[in-house]
Amino acid sequence: MDRPIRVLVAKPGLDGHDRGAKVVARALRDAGMEVIYTGLRQTPDQIVNAAIQEDVDCVAISILSGAHNTLLPKVVKLLAEQDASDILVVGGGVIPDEDIPFLKENGIAEIFTPGTPTSVTIEFIKANVNR
Amino acid sequence: MFDKGKMAQVSEGLEKFNEKTKSMLAKNPERLEKFVSGSGDEVKGLYTPADLEEFDYSDIGFPGEYPYTRGVQPNMYRGRLWTMRMYAGFATAEESNKRYKYLVEQGSSGLSVAFDLPTQIGYDSDHELSEGEVGKVGVAIDSLADMEILFDGIPLDKVSTSMTINAPASVLLAMYIAVAEKQGVSSDKLRGTIQNDILKEYIARGTYIFPTEPSMRLITDIFEYCSKDVPLWNTISISGYHIREAGSTAAQEVGFTIADGIAYVEAAIKAGLDVDTFAPRLSFFFNAHNDLLEEVAKYRAARTLWAKIMKERFGAKNPKSMALKFHTQTGGSTLTAQQPENNIVRVAIQTLAAVLGGTQSLHTNSKDEALALPTEDSVRVALRTQQIVAHESGVTNTVDPLAGSYFIEAKTKEIMDKAMEYITKVDDLGGAPKAIDQGYIQQEIMDAAYYYQKEVETGERIVVGMNKYQIEESAPKDLLRVDPIVGENAKKKLADLRANRDNAAVEEKLAALRTACEGSQNVMPVIIEAVKVYATLGEICGVMRDVFGEYQQSVNL
Repeated sequence: MDRPIRVLVAKPGLDGHDRGAKVVARALRDAGMEVIYTGLRQTPDQIVNAAIQEDVDCVAISILSGAHNTLLPKVVKLLAEQDASDILVVGGGVIPDEDIPFLKENGIAEIFTPGTPTSVTIEFIKANVNR
Repeated sequence: MFDKGKMAQVSEGLEKFNEKTKSMLAKNPERLEKFVSGSGDEVKGLYTPADLEEFDYSDIGFPGEYPYTRGVQPNMYRGRLWTMRMYAGFATAEESNKRYKYLVEQGSSGLSVAFDLPTQIGYDSDHELSEGEVGKVGVAIDSLADMEILFDGIPLDKVSTSMTINAPASVLLAMYIAVAEKQGVSSDKLRGTIQNDILKEYIARGTYIFPTEPSMRLITDIFEYCSKDVPLWNTISISGYHIREAGSTAAQEVGFTIADGIAYVEAAIKAGLDVDTFAPRLSFFFNAHNDLLEEVAKYRAARTLWAKIMKERFGAKNPKSMALKFHTQTGGSTLTAQQPENNIVRVAIQTLAAVLGGTQSLHTNSKDEALALPTEDSVRVALRTQQIVAHESGVTNTVDPLAGSYFIEAKTKEIMDKAMEYITKVDDLGGAPKAIDQGYIQQEIMDAAYYYQKEVETGERIVVGMNKYQIEESAPKDLLRVDPIVGENAKKKLADLRANRDNAAVEEKLAALRTACEGSQNVMPVIIEAVKVYATLGEICGVMRDVFGEYQQSVNL
């Protein structure tokens, strides 16, 4: 049998809003995935190291501080430098629609904005992880 | 409230009523099997005097009198309206200063400063962890130079200023005192509030720096310093707001906030302060969600509980030590990114809740805050919402107008009882700091948040425009954006500052700060000295990080 999908739920930067990250982490776990949550204030380096060490299939980044355009592409870039571009990267939080094309061009597979049901996130991850 | 004969009549009448309606309900079932409040508590179809059997008017008393259920002022808004205090700050000190002047011009009666995350966590704008965050969620303040610009042309003896700052509260307060001095305003004339509530940062908000013990010491140092030198300043704003935003119920908001309050009072008493010297300057900060009646009951419950705890548990004698004053902010997490105009209506309901609940000051959220920081136009509508409630709704004409309602009084009692259960549980775990270390409070809030999310996803709980009555929408335009150049400019400004100030003086003051931190003397005077020679926030917090260490979050899902 396949092992369960492994997801790193990550909070980059200085943002302390973790309700969304925790709710999504629980929902993914209840959907049968193995979930590791980084806790607050992670640098892109720390997130990438954790993703590789934990051998995850997906990094789900939650950010509400407005620093998404700086921090999310950095995670993708660092993953590529570690030959780990097969890891799916998704993001969620207070992210204006007009920033989404930029983030997608920079390797974020999908952005889930406020009001997205967790089921949508779960289905997206299931359908798009590389395995 | 009612004599036994009357009560028997009511009970008898109620039985007949229930009997009569049974057959009607059998034929026409109600819309829902169970009706619940915003916090998920069951609500009955009818409340009568039978629900208030043990209720006595002396339980709630008169406004301005113990236990302050009906409000902290005898005549409430007939005397003075609440302070309309809009939380604002973004990008640079110059931009934020302009927004403050605009808000004052539009009738805002107090300032409320939002700092960016690096400032809140004690990093300068040129620190590597500040990358991408400078000026984003608030204004970037690196040194006294920025603070001078922030309050330029704003007379600090005339306005009251609230600052949402916690871990480095002592430093920002020191800068405020120093700016005032330059304006010729002595510190005994300053009015305002620092949030200074570290416990809820560990629980829910996340901008902590130091471990619990030195953090509590910094807080009591502020209590002590201000009781002598800044006597009109509210030294803490014990905050349920963020606990609720993190997903708690109304009763948890009251219970955990008061449990935090108890911890601060205990810490100050342990540090040798007399309860009546500092307790009158304690203030609170609550949320306002959509369930109007539940929220009104919540504020009344909080006031009553605090009064009793201060009197009975801490032996306070000064009535001001028992009167719970609070600021309210409407609930950010209740706003939807979908059909943002609907948020104006939500905020209006929440405003009514806060005012009917007797708030002392209020921030109303803008319709676009589920998307970005608010624009000037949307902030104006939010402020106008308060003004309409103040001047047109009529609810300000009489004090605590919902008192005596069978439902409101029953609900007030219910929230008090539930909150007290949480307080007792926290006491059993050894007080709020220990309950936080063990993850108890975080876990309780998380469970409630997850439960709520599931209700929304199954459609049991309707959020208009989000899981029902959706429409096709185009991406909203005209959102406020902070130019990334703000970060670069802040770095340059810091480099200039470091090149041009008296660096020997900075070194000397930072060394004095280190000695104070290592010892037990009050740190406030040395921090004020340090900010005056333009030591930066990051340098000052850096010394404290060195001496105190950093808080390690316990992560559990």
